[in-house]
Order: sequence, then C-alpha cells, then structure tokens
Amino acid sequence: MSLDNNKVKEIAYLARLSIENSELEQSTKELNNILSLMDQLGEIDTGDAEPMAHPLEMSQRLRDDQVTEDDLSEEFQEIAPKTGNNHFLVPTVIE
Amino acid sequence: MMHNLTIAEQIKGLKSRDFSSLELTEHYLSRIDDSELNAFISVTSEQALTQAKMADSILAKGNASGLTGIPYAHKDIFCTKGVKTSAGSKMLDSFISPYDATLSEKLNSQNMVMLGKTNMDEFAMGSSNENSYYGSVKNPWDTKKVPGGSSGGSAAAVASRISPFATGTDTGGSIRQPASLCGITGLKPTYGRISRYGMIAYASSLDQAGPMTRTAEDSAIILNAMAGFDERDSTSANKSVPDYTKNLSKSLKGLKIGLPKEYFSEGLDKGVERVIIQAIKDYEAMGAEIIEVSLPNSMNAIPAYYIVAPCECSSNLSRFDGVRYGYRCDDPKDLNDLYLRSRSEGFGDEVKRRIMIGAYALSAGYYDAYYLKAQKVRQLISEDFKKAFKEVDVIMGPVSPTPAFELGSIKDSVSMYLADIYTLSVNLAGLPGMSIPAGFSDNLPIGLQLIGNHWSEELLLNTAHQFQLKTDWHNASPVD
Amino acid sequence: MTWETVIGLEIHSQLKTKSKIFSGASTAFGATANTQACAVDLGFPGVLPVLNQEAVKMALRFGLSINATINKNSIFARKNYFYPDLPKGYQISQFEIPIVGNGVIDISLEDGENKIVGITRAHLEEDAGKSIHDMYDEFTAIDLNRAGTPLLEIVSDPDMSNAKEAVAYAKKIHALVQYIDICDGNMQEGSFRCDANVSVRKHGDKLGTRAELKNINSFKFLEKAINLEVERQIDILEDGGSVVQETRLYDSIKNETRSMRSKEEANDYRYFPDPDLLPVAISEEVLLEIKKSLPELPTEKKLRFVEKLGLSSYDAEILTSQKEVADYFEIIINKGADAKLSANWVMGELSAALNKNQVEINDSPISANELFSLISRITDSTISGKIAKDVFKLMWEGNGSVDEIIEKQGLKQMTDTNALESIIDDVISNNLDQVQQFRDGNLKLLGFFVGQVMKATQGKANPKQVNQVLNEKLT
Repeated sequence: MSLDNNKVKEIAYLARLSIENSELEQSTKELNNILSLMDQLGEIDTGDAEPMAHPLEMSQRLRDDQVTEDDLSEEFQEIAPKTGNNHFLVPTVIE
Repeated sequence: MMHNLTIAEQIKGLKSRDFSSLELTEHYLSRIDDSELNAFISVTSEQALTQAKMADSILAKGNASGLTGIPYAHKDIFCTKGVKTSAGSKMLDSFISPYDATLSEKLNSQNMVMLGKTNMDEFAMGSSNENSYYGSVKNPWDTKKVPGGSSGGSAAAVASRISPFATGTDTGGSIRQPASLCGITGLKPTYGRISRYGMIAYASSLDQAGPMTRTAEDSAIILNAMAGFDERDSTSANKSVPDYTKNLSKSLKGLKIGLPKEYFSEGLDKGVERVIIQAIKDYEAMGAEIIEVSLPNSMNAIPAYYIVAPCECSSNLSRFDGVRYGYRCDDPKDLNDLYLRSRSEGFGDEVKRRIMIGAYALSAGYYDAYYLKAQKVRQLISEDFKKAFKEVDVIMGPVSPTPAFELGSIKDSVSMYLADIYTLSVNLAGLPGMSIPAGFSDNLPIGLQLIGNHWSEELLLNTAHQFQLKTDWHNASPVD
Repeated sequence: MTWETVIGLEIHSQLKTKSKIFSGASTAFGATANTQACAVDLGFPGVLPVLNQEAVKMALRFGLSINATINKNSIFARKNYFYPDLPKGYQISQFEIPIVGNGVIDISLEDGENKIVGITRAHLEEDAGKSIHDMYDEFTAIDLNRAGTPLLEIVSDPDMSNAKEAVAYAKKIHALVQYIDICDGNMQEGSFRCDANVSVRKHGDKLGTRAELKNINSFKFLEKAINLEVERQIDILEDGGSVVQETRLYDSIKNETRSMRSKEEANDYRYFPDPDLLPVAISEEVLLEIKKSLPELPTEKKLRFVEKLGLSSYDAEILTSQKEVADYFEIIINKGADAKLSANWVMGELSAALNKNQVEINDSPISANELFSLISRITDSTISGKIAKDVFKLMWEGNGSVDEIIEKQGLKQMTDTNALESIIDDVISNNLDQVQQFRDGNLKLLGFFVGQVMKATQGKANPKQVNQVLNEKLT
C-alpha cells in the first residue's frame, strides 16, 4: 500500500496537520517507508486469533453516581489561550 | 560522596542524621547545575528546598516513613500541579498543569523531594531522546552518544548521579532501553500495576510508568511507593501491593531461565552478545537452569507495535488543539487555521509522522488490515509468552541490539524502530520487564533484559538483586 | 402520487444521573459556564474516564422496557472528529457492540390503530459541550458544562412512513423514558433531542437517499420539518434531480430546512475500541434486579385499564401516556372512585384547567385526593355533575375543600322529595301549553321542563330524580 502526495495531504487534514508543499514529497517518502514496515503484517497468518485490545482480562469497573468534583473553572481558565465571560474562545465557527 | 549512596543507604543516612534532606537536595541541585547533559527540562529548586525542609522537620519528629526526604527526578510526562509539564513538546511548553498525576501525588505523600522534570522524547515517541523540543540529552558515558529514549533524561540523570532515582515511562522500551544504554536499572512493571492517571498518554494500552534506579533493591523500594490501585484509572488493576523488598535475597537455585532463540540471531552486535552470554553464565553459576525457548512471533512485534501505538496516539493527541490549554498559533483566522497551525507548529516531526500513520491505519477501509490485524498479532505474541512461561520462570535476553549510538547517526524512522525489537513484545503482552547493567562493550554499558510473567515483579527484582550481589556492573559510574 | 416516505429517528436522551458518565462533575442544568467541567471533562493531558454505574443501569432499564437484546459485554469506542466543543477531539460512544440491541415498541396512531416500530439499538455515549456563536462577533464561545453528560442514543428502524407516525413514535419514547425515570424529557433544555432521517421512494423501488434533519426541539416542529423535507425531496426528484445525502438544520422561524455547513462534513470517524475503558460486563443478576425495579410500563398499564377498569382503549391511551397523569388517576381509582367518571373528570375538566393555566399535573392546585372527594360527592348524590363543575372552579381558585365549598355556597343537591314534587307541580301548572304539546308527542319538551325545574331549584335538584318525577307526572 503506497501513498501518493494527495493521499498524504488528505490524511494530514484528517488529523488537522498541515504539510507545506515543499515538504510534501519528503513526508510522503517517509510515510511510505514506515508503511512498508507495517505492511509486513499482511504476510502474517493470524489464524483464528482474537484481536487483543487489552493485555489484562478485566471488565470495566463502575463508579458510584456521586458529584465529587468542585468548581475549579478559575484555575482551569487561567491557563487557557483565550477566554471571555467564563467561556473558552475560538475564531467564529459558521455552522 | 552522598551521590554515590544508593537510596537504601540514603534512607539510613537520613534516619541516623548523617546528613539532612536539605543537604542532600542542595548537593544534587548543585550537581544538576553543573551538568551539561541536558537531562532536565525544568529544575524546581525553590520547591525542592521547601520540600526538603519540610521533610527534615518530619524526620526530626522521628516518625518518618521510608522515602521521606529522598530526592528524585520526575519525567516531564507526569502532570505536576503548579509546575510546567511539557512532555518534551513545544505544544505544552506553556502548560502549567492545574492538577497532579496520581503518581505525583503518591510521591508527594511520601514527602519526597522533586528536583525537577526530566527531558524526554516528545510525547514519549522515540528511542534516543533526540526528538525533544528542548534538545537532545547526552549519554553520560560518552557525551557524543545518545542516552536512549524516550526516558533519556531520567536515565542520564540517574547514571550521572545527579539524582538518586527518576521516574520513567515505557510504551515500547522507553525505560528499559535508556537504562541499558546508560548502565542503570530500569523496571517496567505489569500493565495496570501503576496508575496512568495524569501520565500524558501516548499509547494507552501499552504505556506504563516505572522506577529508574541504580540498583534492584532501590527499584523495589520505589516500586512499593509507586504501585497500587487507582480508582481514577479504569485500567488500573485492583491487586494488592506486596512488599517488593521482602524476597530480594531468595536463592536462585533451580530458577528456570528461558533464552528465546529468536533473540540471538545475526542482527545482534557481537559485543552485546558477549555480555549477555557471560551474564547467563553467571546465572548458571548461581544455580539457575538455562532452557532454550521459542517466541516465534518476536519479529512481528515491530509492525504490530508500530500500528497499535500510532493508532492510539493519533487519537490521544487530538486533544491538543489550541483551544483550552497549550500552544495556540498567532492570530488564527478561522477554526481550521487554529487547528492546522497550532498542531503543525506545536508538534515535532516524529510526532506528526506517528499521528498520520495512526490516522491512516484507522481510516475507513484500512481498519481491518492494520489495526485489527495488529491486535490479532498481539494476541499471538501474548500466547507465545504464555507457552514459554509454562516451561520457564524468567526469560532473558538483550535489551538493545547495539550499545549507545552516535547522536544524529540514525536519521530515518524505520531504522530507529527496528532497534526496539527486543522490548516491544513485552509491552504488547503487558508483561513486566527489567534492564540491569551486565557489562560493557567499547566502554559503553550493556543491559540484560529480564522478562517475567504477569505480576512477577517480586521474582524479577529477586533475580536482578542476586545478580547485583555477585557482579559489580551496577556500581560502575561515568562520574566520580 | 405514489411516493413512499421512509423515516427513521435517532433520539438522544440525556440520562438524569447526578454526575457525568465518565467523571464526577455535576450534570445540573443552568450552571454558570464551565463551572461543571472538571479536568476529565476538559480533556486535560493525562486524564482518564471511569464509567458511571447509574448510566449503565438506566440504559438497561430502557433496554428491558423495550424487550431488547442486552449485550452482556458491550464496548466503548472513540468517534474521532475535531470540533471546539468536543474537548478530547473524540467522543466516547459505542459502535460495534452497543449495550442495548434490537427491541420493539408499539405506538398508537390517530385512527386508533396500533403499529409496531423496531428499535435497532440504543447505546451510551457522552454529550459534547455547547458552542455559542452570538456572544461575540469574531469569536465562538465554548461552554463545556454539558460535555460528558450521559446520553442514551436510541436508533429506530426506518419503520415510519409519515410525519404523524414519527411524532407518535417520538412521543411514545418521550413518555417511556420519563416513565422509567431515566430522563426528564425536557426538550426546551435539550434533554431529549430528535433527529430524523428522511427519504422518499416510488413504491417498489429500493430505499432513496436520505437526509438527516437536526435542531428540532418540539414535536410540532418535528412534524413540520419532516413534511417540509418530504416535499423538498419529492420536488427535487420530480424535477429529475437527485437527493444529496447531507445534514439539514431545521429553522423554526423561517419554517425551512437548510444544508448544514457541517462539522461532520465528509468525516471519517475512525472508530476503534477506547483503550482507556474495558468491556462492560452485565450479569444475569443485575438484569433481574433491574427488571424487578421497573414500574408497570405504559403498555401494560393501558391493558389493565381496559381489561380491569373497563375503560375504552382511547381513554386508556390518554390516561397512560404520561406517568404523572396515570399516577394521579390511579390515586383516585384506588380510593374506590368509579373509573369512567374519574376518567372523564381527569381528561375533561382537570385537563382543560391545566392546559388553560399552563400548569403541569404535578403542580395542580387540586390534588388527586381532592378530586376524589369531588367525584365522591357526585357519586353519593350530594351534588349534581353540573354543580360539581362550579365546585371544581372554586376549588381551583383555592376556596377550600369540596365540603367547605358545598356548605358555604349552599350547593347541596335537593333531597326533599316532597319539596321537589311540589316545585314540579308548580312548573307543570305554570306551563300548561307545553304540557299539552308534550302529551301530543313533542317529547323534546322534557328538556324544557327539566330546565324550568332546575331554575326553580337553583340547580340543586337531582337531575335524575327530576327526570323521573316529571316523566311520571307528565305522562
């Protein structure tokens, strides 16, 4: 599976990363290099092995439905890039 | 010299008032100041001195617990309240964490003294600590060489004795490999042993914190303080914590040691091989039985890991978007611009590569061929170990195929990835693993890897400790 | 004219837990922005989710009440996309294995017919925060209080064929989630949100391309939006065009739908199991315990009202559609009141008064006990049904209890038969013409006589008695 420049641009956008056109060629080469490593997976016969999402066989623990968190909004907003009127601000979004 | 004492010795020294925590702390802070290894991103001197004084007053009262007053270096991947937490990245260069990781809380509650946050590969992605926004870390044994990564700063700090121990994290070998390259003892416990809450996530199903010390005994002491169930982490195991220092002195007679035949093939450097084989002989002399085992899916660990980890990280790193904290680009003109520039300017190249690989592997049409397939291979690798552990107690082998390499010598990602061959499968299977100093090649340290079955940290520490009673490698120092 | 409509509804029901699905922050409505968004909700580096037990129980309550398959090991998955009110850059949801599988629910249509609607699945997920676009000119303001609130997303099969059916289904689910106490159903506050997937096709053709309608916060708008959309799609197709698969926002002011410049445009969500969470195991014991704790469901209650209380299907449907109404009604019945009479009063006078004054039944100034007393006074002939309406009005305005009002206003029905007879005799003797006409066959005049008697007795005569005596004396 080899990626072309356009596909790389697509993937980058999916991850909200931008690649300068001048670097695109290089990035594509690097990614393809890594991909050929990953493609080795295709040659492995995994038989009927189940996919392993977690190394430990545990079930999800459940939490009591209690309010345990205090209002720390002031401290949290102190480190935010831009806030106003208790809100986090981003450039206007048009829906 | 205080810095040549082990933690066990420092604890005694503090208790018998041979020196105070303040003296110990000032000593280390001064050594850190003189160090040119770039092992630290932040040095928290003021806070450290305050903590040391507090520790001294507790020690004076006579009811101090084990680690009171012991200084340590904290990998900059752990959130520390009120202190910069950067994960080695420009993205978090301005991030003063508003909360403490569980691990940070635990060590604080022991009244320990945090010297500072150590340098690391950005977001834990790397094997040489050359991927840090804050510059590379140097190997104390040869400053032209890499210390290993991603916990390169922690390893260099402990090896150069500018901190008695350091915390590290290991996702594909990031504790064990730098420990090996710097000649110290590094332990990655069983997945779920130590809380991940507040530990900036790289690959959630693989990440695990662990102690980096000079000795196995020190490692056991620290593990006692780090381990334990945390209700804030759903992947934290609800298993009691034994006293890891209790059974260090058990005899190794009859211990069955497995040597995977796949680990001793052509790629292995001759110098490394020599050291490992000698170490095995030493174990034989202690009464252990050496058995050949097979881990047939070993080589498959590389493609499996380099799909699972990027997939998980591509999602874990989506939260870095310039909205609520961290780096935001200047004058974003719209939302897309905000995302694209904040992320592209904030992340380094290796991080961006892995995010893109992950995004691709999870995208429509590729999920089955990559992510799902990788998780199946993971199952196979896990079964290999299960089978092997039916015949042996501990598996041993190299940590890294070569000793520390030159800074800047490995330019392409894939070559760097291939060097993780011995460590990756341990994370994929969630098993505990250690690296202990076992010798030198070309004057550079070589580590021996010990791999145990789930929850066998006691056995691993015992096995490591016995080796350190019989050999002197762990006492070798690149400094006076 | 042979266009068929296919509608499926996706309903997001906010579960009324105290804390969020994955964190211990409060879910209370109306707090100052961002004061109920903790570190986990804000997606700080290193934070982790832990699952709220109550959210799981509520999802199971729903699953059991629609007789659905319960998946004993469901998985949380990450739905990855970028939007400022989605702090982690992914939403924790369920994808391949949701907690609730296939179920069914029956709905009553306007013509009294029943229809069975299939429910494909219901899964747990976290809500996103809120984006406010009109607070600033150059900025969008983000409030993350809502981020992390538990949602149950209920997906219907595409079984509905017109807007009215869709509304009936939505109303049924709306009533059900309140019945089983998992959601407060407050559509104004956003606790219950309906999205409709609408497509049209010619009879016999395969399914047409569907559009998704969002931003609908009332049943009235749901019906309007669907009808608009059906028209729009038919227009396009009849003109030879084709329908684009897209998301459309309903604008209730302009009464139109428009294409959303979507945050989800061409999005590849890259679903994968969330590695911070483990499979949710549900045991038989837990299911049994929850099943036992479920209240009598609307369908069962309706059946009981029809079979045991003898009410009509129509009446039973109305009385059981909201739990508060059913509960109110049952208090009255359980005290021994006549079912039909009580049904008439609850659906008639009470309902009218509640609607007129925009009051919910739980806030009714006349309690169920008090209404029972009123009904008893009719049954025991203390007052007539007509007088009872006056008493009702006075009770509503807070003029005291039933008996107090009857006493004070002197409204007791006449019981003295002799007095009544003499009044009737008077009426007859004063209206001899009409008596003759009645005897000649104009039987309708009975009403006139009854009216006269009621007037003479100021309404206090017992109408039944009046009728009876009049009939005797006139014939």
